[in-house]
Amino acid sequence: MDYLYYPGCSLKSTGRAYEESMLSVFRKLDLAVMELEDWNCCGATAYMSISELKAFALSARNFALAEAQCKELSTAELVVPCAACYLCLNKARRYLDEHEELREKINRALQTANLDYHNRTRIRHPLDVLANDLRPEKIKDAVVHSLSGIKVACYYGCQIVRPYADFDDQKNPHVMDDLARLLGAEPISWPLKTRCCGGSLMGTAQDVGLRLSFIILKEAVKRGCHAVITACPLCQFNLECYQPKMSNLYGESVNIPVLYFTQLMGMAFGISERELGLQRNFNRLDTASLSRISAGGEHVGI
Amino acid sequence: MEKWKSWRKIRYESELDHYFPDQIASIPGGNKIFDCIQCGTCSGMCPISPYMDYTPRQLIAMIRAGFKKDVLSSHTTWLCASCYSCTVECPKDIRLTDIMYAAKRLAIREGVYPRRFPIPVLAAEFFKSVESHGRSSEGRLLVRLFLKTNPLMMLKQMGLGFRLWLKGRLSAGQESINRKAELRNIMQALEKERMVKDKTDFMPTGREI
Repeated sequence: MDYLYYPGCSLKSTGRAYEESMLSVFRKLDLAVMELEDWNCCGATAYMSISELKAFALSARNFALAEAQCKELSTAELVVPCAACYLCLNKARRYLDEHEELREKINRALQTANLDYHNRTRIRHPLDVLANDLRPEKIKDAVVHSLSGIKVACYYGCQIVRPYADFDDQKNPHVMDDLARLLGAEPISWPLKTRCCGGSLMGTAQDVGLRLSFIILKEAVKRGCHAVITACPLCQFNLECYQPKMSNLYGESVNIPVLYFTQLMGMAFGISERELGLQRNFNRLDTASLSRISAGGEHVGI
Repeated sequence: MEKWKSWRKIRYESELDHYFPDQIASIPGGNKIFDCIQCGTCSGMCPISPYMDYTPRQLIAMIRAGFKKDVLSSHTTWLCASCYSCTVECPKDIRLTDIMYAAKRLAIREGVYPRRFPIPVLAAEFFKSVESHGRSSEGRLLVRLFLKTNPLMMLKQMGLGFRLWLKGRLSAGQESINRKAELRNIMQALEKERMVKDKTDFMPTGREI
């Protein structure tokens, strides 16, 4: 086993396609992953608003489980695809590293459940793994349908690159663009790649959430993209599921597929649509239309 | 477009709470708020500041001045979507997102958060669900949120909910971890602990102020 995998709650429900496609792509690239046994919720943004110590303890329990599951290894490599989980776990790790008093408190609490945290867990995003643990040729070699002619808007969202990630540039990340290029696609250059989609505001203050997501989608449409690709289940949900509502509200139609970057990779690798969870997307960009676009037969209206 | 802006109330010096800045600064790294130069980079970077009642920069100034009531009952802290733009861009390395969280926690502890606003309600419901089951169940969480804040909204969202269910992306079941007792023990050990200090922690003992 190379990596432990922490799905988080979203990848088991609204973001199921992300889990399915990520596992398929990892399998294709011979990266062995195993799900963390009995993982618990990361706490997301909500937990931190009520009790920070309990939020850190939630993450710390996951670390302790990961370390127990990787006893024989010097570090437990935990792959975390969801942006909110990635941020929460990374944040907890940083705070526990930097503040000794906090670490002792959390460790005392963990010991009541016979668990221990020894700072042996590394939090990895799949983008980080694909970009840094693999030779680029390995990805290039796996491509069977080149995505040439496909224009994609790589949308990173907030919580992967900011503020704790160290595998990419926080102000102008490029890892996903590099991956898209390896697949033959053409990533556009745009300034909104890390602008907030509204996150959970889509459920709580929808006026604000809709507006933030609309701005991102419209920018991608105006630049003639065939698809927006994301690396976060909440971004994907916000950008995809509210398109009809936005079109009504702002009187301007937005209709653009929003895929996980792993789904795009899978299509280039020739993995079946079902294994990539493509049937779960509302606005489909399937392999057939991809090849039509590649052949120059289909254009996106502006 | 709904906005939470309104005429500002007049506030008097005598109403300020001089312990409030220290309370907020008591989180790890929190004393950085005293380094703030009020440059406004945070407000400029914030994608949500146009919809806030106080901008992030104003909020820091108000915290430092001791406008406790206004800060804790504002919508600003709850509207923060935790995108961390301000934290990354701040020239003085103030972790503003974490300051927002500290203010949210204090508002809940003191019971002064905006009661009818859905964001704190969602946070509380999420907290409860994870505390007892170890995982969050998206479908159930949303139903509880809408029932408590705006049942009409639930009717409006039912179409989307149904379409998600058809795609296998939403279920009504309860997600849960196996060893709930283990998690309960950890949480109980932290029940009385808190990072943001209380006002009384700063007061000199044996003397009335």
